[in-house]
Amino acid sequence: MNNTENNEKRSTTPPLGGRGVDQGATLFDKIWDAHVVSSVENGPTQLYIDRHFCHEVTSPQAFNGLRARGLKVFRPEQTTLTADHNTPTINQDKPVNDPISRNQLDTFAGNAVEFNLPLYFPLGHIKNGVVHIIGPENGFTHPGATIVCGDSHTSTHGAFGAIAFGIGTSEVEMVLATQCVLQTRPKTMRISFNGKLNAGVTAKDLALYMISKLTTGGATGYFVEYAGEAIRSMSMEERMTVCNLSIEMGARGGLIAPDQTTFDYVKGREFAPQGSDWDKKRTYWQTLKTDAGAKFDEELVFDAADIQPMITYGTNPGMGMGINESIPTLDKVDEAGRISFQKSLEYMGFEAGEKLEGKAIDYVFLGSCTNGRIEDFRVFANYVKGKKKAENVTAWLVPGSWMVEKQIREEGLFDILTDAGFALRQPGCSACLAMNDDKVPAGKYAVSTSNRNFEGRQGPGARTILAGPLVAAAAAVTGRITDPR
Amino acid sequence: MEKFITLTSTVVPLPIENVDTDQIIPARFLKATDKSGFGDNLFADWRYDKDGSPKADFVLNNATFSGSILVAGKNFGSGSSREHAAWAIDGYGFKVVVSSFFADIFQNNALNNGVLPVVVSTEFLAEIFESVNANPASTLTIDLLNQMITSNAGGKSETFAINAYKKECLLNGLDDIDYLLSKKTQTEEYEKARI
Repeated sequence: MNNTENNEKRSTTPPLGGRGVDQGATLFDKIWDAHVVSSVENGPTQLYIDRHFCHEVTSPQAFNGLRARGLKVFRPEQTTLTADHNTPTINQDKPVNDPISRNQLDTFAGNAVEFNLPLYFPLGHIKNGVVHIIGPENGFTHPGATIVCGDSHTSTHGAFGAIAFGIGTSEVEMVLATQCVLQTRPKTMRISFNGKLNAGVTAKDLALYMISKLTTGGATGYFVEYAGEAIRSMSMEERMTVCNLSIEMGARGGLIAPDQTTFDYVKGREFAPQGSDWDKKRTYWQTLKTDAGAKFDEELVFDAADIQPMITYGTNPGMGMGINESIPTLDKVDEAGRISFQKSLEYMGFEAGEKLEGKAIDYVFLGSCTNGRIEDFRVFANYVKGKKKAENVTAWLVPGSWMVEKQIREEGLFDILTDAGFALRQPGCSACLAMNDDKVPAGKYAVSTSNRNFEGRQGPGARTILAGPLVAAAAAVTGRITDPR
Repeated sequence: MEKFITLTSTVVPLPIENVDTDQIIPARFLKATDKSGFGDNLFADWRYDKDGSPKADFVLNNATFSGSILVAGKNFGSGSSREHAAWAIDGYGFKVVVSSFFADIFQNNALNNGVLPVVVSTEFLAEIFESVNANPASTLTIDLLNQMITSNAGGKSETFAINAYKKECLLNGLDDIDYLLSKKTQTEEYEKARI
């Protein structure tokens, strides 16, 4: 991995990315610097991309672009494709009903064939599922890698100590054609969570807490490194939940230094390095941590013990609060933001100053790239074990992938869920963005483990309350917003 | 990509903060496989009723306001990376979006489609909203070469920042992909050097 010499010959970036000689490098700096191919004078960096994930919604226009220019895919073996956004979560073995959706899926399949892309996982394939879930579980996601996808939640892969970020379709075309993107180097921020999380508080609660403090644009322009005891003691699934939500505070991405937890997760997976290659890579990955003395452009520290189970009350993920708290009163909102704040509460049917605990809800959604992994189903199943789903609640439990689905059955979670009155749907993004038929009706309240509570996100007029899998489980059995502790 | 040099136009004011890309173009409209037609569904859920009839209180349905410059509250374009948001804005006929703050990915996507995001100060933004409300015929001039935005009603100007490379791309109508394709040899050398 020693490109230093080559980079210096080509690059107009100051050596060490502008850092002083005595100053250590951050984890982000180390990975970024190792992927610089060239730099435009006074402009962006040509960054080499190790892994490119594609899905059916943000790629067709990029393939059209290649076709129009007569270009091939430059590195097919570094391109992984899965259909997930615009797919049904029932009857996946049958033709897709909606002709426009079917056309998009057929176009995706056609592009995989025409451009000779072997890592294509269509509906029903054992490796199919939500892109940010199938990537890590198949071993495509490695520490130290650069990873992109035409999807803002690509930040998920940062959990492995990778630089992973979402791109637009023009950039998808660039990566397909050249395996590179042009990017301006973001600023760096470190967010540390000292101490341990309280019992009944999940990684999702930690993330919603953080976003409520930073606001939805508070980390725009930054790449965030998460650190501290609460992060270090998390499983890979929990780390992925935290990194996944980086974009919801505007960050370009978020990452966590790889450690034994990371190596144990990656080792042995199908597309992970094997044998002597594994040993070599692991030795390099162990160097991927922020040096003592490295400077961040911004540093924030939180105490993990301050975090309670969280819910959102508004129409962006920054509008969150502890489950026992009340919606802020108008005088707590800055003047310029009051119109938007009131518009938001009006959409949700809530009042400023109102407490939401105990409020009746209609839908529960467990799934998405945020909380559709095996551990989320374990948490949910463990809570509902021996209880019954509330009759007034429609619950959509959507595993993030077929591998997660298989594991749910193997671990006996399927029986626990069935006994409690829940059914499983088939993998996909589902009600997170409601491109398929999994739409929450107008005016109805959904406690959702997904990532966005924007107006209409889960269907026109749908009212989304974001929460972790434990709060979602409690809501599913009581039919109300309930503190799971 | 079309060249962008200067533009003088009346504006469409949208004084709402945190306008996310799900509002700009809701997900159910992302099923197309080409870039055309998204302008018809720009701000669909704010613009149309359930039955598809225009909502009178939304600014795009208000004949008083028109033009190729959209002016919006801070943190415009947050959320999803969907470039369809930029295609919808471009498709509707906006060439410039003015705000005091933009989300990262949207800003890139806009620039890659020849739509210029112009960041102004909070005060300047408030002044634009005031002057356009007072007189919907008031115009803004965007001069990319000099990186200057002028409110022609009061004559106030402000400079705006733009990456020098992106500025060159817009002035000359060049895409990033042209640049990256020209670097193919370096990319191959890079790949060899790291193994």
